[in-house]
Amino acid sequence: MAFFVARRLLYLVPVLIAVSLLTFSIASLLPGDLAYTILGDQATPENVAALRADMGLDQPIWWRYLSWLGNVMQGDFGRSFRTGQTVLQAVSERLPVSIELMLLAQLGALAIGVPLAIVCAARNGSPFDRFMTGSAFGMLSVPTFLSAILLIYLFAVELRWLPATGYVPFGEDPVANLRFMVLPALTLALAEWPGIMRVLRSDMIATLQEDYIALAKAKGLTPARILFVHALKPSSLTLVTITGINIGRLIGGAVIVETVFALPGIGRLLIGAILTRDLIILQGVVLLVGAGFVLMNFIVDLLYAVLDPRIRHGHA
Amino acid sequence: MATLELEIAEEAVTQPARKGRRLGTLFWLAIGWMVFMFAAAVFAPVLPLPSPTDMDMLERRAPFSVEHWLGTDGLGRDELARLIYGARISLVVGLCAPVIGLTVGGALGMLAGYFRGRFESMVVGSMDVLLAFPPLILALAVTAYLGQSIFNLTCILGALGIPAFMRVARAATLTLARREFVIAAQALGATHARILLRELLPNVILPLFAFFLLGVAVTIVVEGSLSFLGLGVPPPISSWGSMIGEGRESLDVAPRLAFLPAAAMFLTVLSFNLVGDTLRALTDPRQGAL
Repeated sequence: MAFFVARRLLYLVPVLIAVSLLTFSIASLLPGDLAYTILGDQATPENVAALRADMGLDQPIWWRYLSWLGNVMQGDFGRSFRTGQTVLQAVSERLPVSIELMLLAQLGALAIGVPLAIVCAARNGSPFDRFMTGSAFGMLSVPTFLSAILLIYLFAVELRWLPATGYVPFGEDPVANLRFMVLPALTLALAEWPGIMRVLRSDMIATLQEDYIALAKAKGLTPARILFVHALKPSSLTLVTITGINIGRLIGGAVIVETVFALPGIGRLLIGAILTRDLIILQGVVLLVGAGFVLMNFIVDLLYAVLDPRIRHGHA
Repeated sequence: MATLELEIAEEAVTQPARKGRRLGTLFWLAIGWMVFMFAAAVFAPVLPLPSPTDMDMLERRAPFSVEHWLGTDGLGRDELARLIYGARISLVVGLCAPVIGLTVGGALGMLAGYFRGRFESMVVGSMDVLLAFPPLILALAVTAYLGQSIFNLTCILGALGIPAFMRVARAATLTLARREFVIAAQALGATHARILLRELLPNVILPLFAFFLLGVAVTIVVEGSLSFLGLGVPPPISSWGSMIGEGRESLDVAPRLAFLPAAAMFLTVLSFNLVGDTLRALTDPRQGAL
């Protein structure tokens, strides 16, 4: 196991370096001069030259990359030239919102997807199974922003049960916080449950054909006990892998959902930085999100190896 | 693109597709809708439609009528015309971007799967880096720098699709390259180019095409998301995503302004998913494909 972790960690280093290189080159090689953007109307050739020298923009590109990377390593991601906030401040203020949103969404998706998958697998081929598999397939074609609009229309405009936009920190008023979070989390959960349900259902159908399930039936165990105790755990391996793949979609979905529901999370920060051309914030957020995504996939890989010993030993 | 969760396993293309399997009514309905959308988008300029950009401030959010079949939007523009011109954007971006992924990713994947070795690990490694970013974030970041235009959007979304196509092509090539007909061709002294183009390509192209259709569905969704956020095609060009975004403002008075483009987008994405998934199941002899 230690060998496996070490190998995966070693693999992480070049990927992270490449992520930083890609982030930096998006920001530096593409047209548009940062100095002009910052100065705006006051851009005279002298001003621009002075600012470029001040920010080190006149240095060769490899030197700028190395010094930027050096700063990043020391935790200095730069400072927004619009608000004066450092990237780390801005991100740490908004991160809890995004994490709460994604956790609630994932919980919601599991709460919808897992029971449906179990019932469908137990009644494989029944009208209910076919109906749910069909709906799951249909839901995969509903973009996040579509279900967001639909939910806002239904619950905020027509029924007036829940607020459409806004946010209160959890620490201030937990109930109000959850009321604001229900629709955004549900929107993301609606996009996530079909994947969970489809994967778990097909794995579960395979598990239910194993001999030990037949033995459990012969022993006279109740169907609920067989399904939940004997079949669920061995069927949930693929589920863990697709969780890793889905994190990327979840982050993308969170950007849209935060914008639609006006939640002050990382996604809103990113969109705001793009709209105000706040390139330092943009660069920092993209780097942090990319690195975070790589790390989360690394953790999912490890989790998978813990659950399935064959992976550790390279037999699968 | 990580949103594409389909992956063709290594043994996916070991048998030719079974003939005579029924495709079902839904499949043909989906094809029908695709043909209908295509025709409407292609012939939009010659159809008897009002201009999609002409504003009529006296007729804002007008209900369905003989002049405006689907009413007008918040600026008095004809909704049906905007829907059809929006279809052009969604389809142009949705079809062209996966073509980039298909050609570049397909070629890289076939070369990697055929030649193996250091070239393969290089290709797979660099694709892993591209996959290290959540796709929407990367698309947002690059559009922010490059500027919004249909061309830029297509190129970015196309580049984002390359890793997925590469994987599919590589997986298919890996198994095919060990098959008898390839070994026979090698024994006969065929060049690498001939084996790749005449022996492997015709077999790899089928699963790639099925994947292409799923890629179209994903691209339409991502283009819609970007336009919805106001970072896709620049106004006044209408795209379904931007129409939904504009319709969001008037959900309480005229919800149809958001729901009409939403329905058009849903049906189109669903059609591509359905047809792509059916074709994938046909080219994939493993049972239990959902």
